[in-house]
Amino acid sequence: MSEREIEELKKLLKGTLEPTGDAELRQDLWPAMLRRLDERPVRVPWWDWVLLAGVVALFCFFPGTIPALLYHL
Amino acid sequence: MELMERFAAGDLDAFEALFRQHQAEVFRWILRIVRNTAMAEDLTVEAFWRVYRAHARFDAVNGNFGGWLRRIATNVAIDHLRRSRREVPLPEDLGAAPSRPGEQSEMRRQILCALGKLSPRLRGAVLLALVEEEPYEEIARALSISVNAVKVRVFRGVRILRKELLRAGVQP
Repeated sequence: MSEREIEELKKLLKGTLEPTGDAELRQDLWPAMLRRLDERPVRVPWWDWVLLAGVVALFCFFPGTIPALLYHL
Repeated sequence: MELMERFAAGDLDAFEALFRQHQAEVFRWILRIVRNTAMAEDLTVEAFWRVYRAHARFDAVNGNFGGWLRRIATNVAIDHLRRSRREVPLPEDLGAAPSRPGEQSEMRRQILCALGKLSPRLRGAVLLALVEEEPYEEIARALSISVNAVKVRVFRGVRILRKELLRAGVQP
C-alpha cells in the first residue's frame, strides 16, 4: 500500500468526518464531577459480614441446624 | 505547598483547580476519538474521576500532569469504544460533512460502517492520525506506545478500511 493510497483514504475520511477542531465545552463539568465524587459505593456494614460468617460457621460445625433454619424460613 | 503536591496529597481544592485548567483540553481530546459531544462530556468526568482516585500515585515532583491526564483520557475513550463496539458502528453527532442525498449519503454510511468494524485501538489511531491529523508523536505519547507502533496501527487500520470499502463497492 502506497502513501498515495493512504492519502486518498484520508481525503475520503475527511470528506465524511470533519475534524472536530477546537470544539468548545457546552457547560462547566465541575458540578458533574462533584456529583461523581459524592457517589458512594454500596457498602455492607462490618457486623453484617460477622453475622454471615457466624451463620456459615454454625452450618459447618452443626450441619443439623440447616433443616431447622430452612423450616423456620 | 505547590498545586501538584496538594493534589497528590488528595486536596480537593487543588483537584478543582487542575480540573478547571484542563477540562476543555481533555474534552476536546476525547471528542476526537468518540465523536459524540454528550459522551465526550461524560467521559471527561470519568477520566478526571480516575485521575482523582489515583492521586496518591502521581509523582508531584517529577511527574508530568498533562501527559498523565492525556494517557488516562485516551484509555477512557478507547475503553468506551470497546464497550460500545457491538451497539453502534460509529457514534457520531458532529464533525460530519453536510448530509447529501442519494449516492453520497450511502457512501458516507458505508464509510462509517467500515470504520465501525475496526478494533477500538485501530479506530482510535486512524481517527487521530488521518481525520484529526494529530502528529504521530502526540498519538504515541497518549497511547503510551512508540511512534512506530502508531504507524503500524494506522497502516493496519487503513488496510482493513480499504478492504471493507472495496467489499462494499466504494472505491477509496
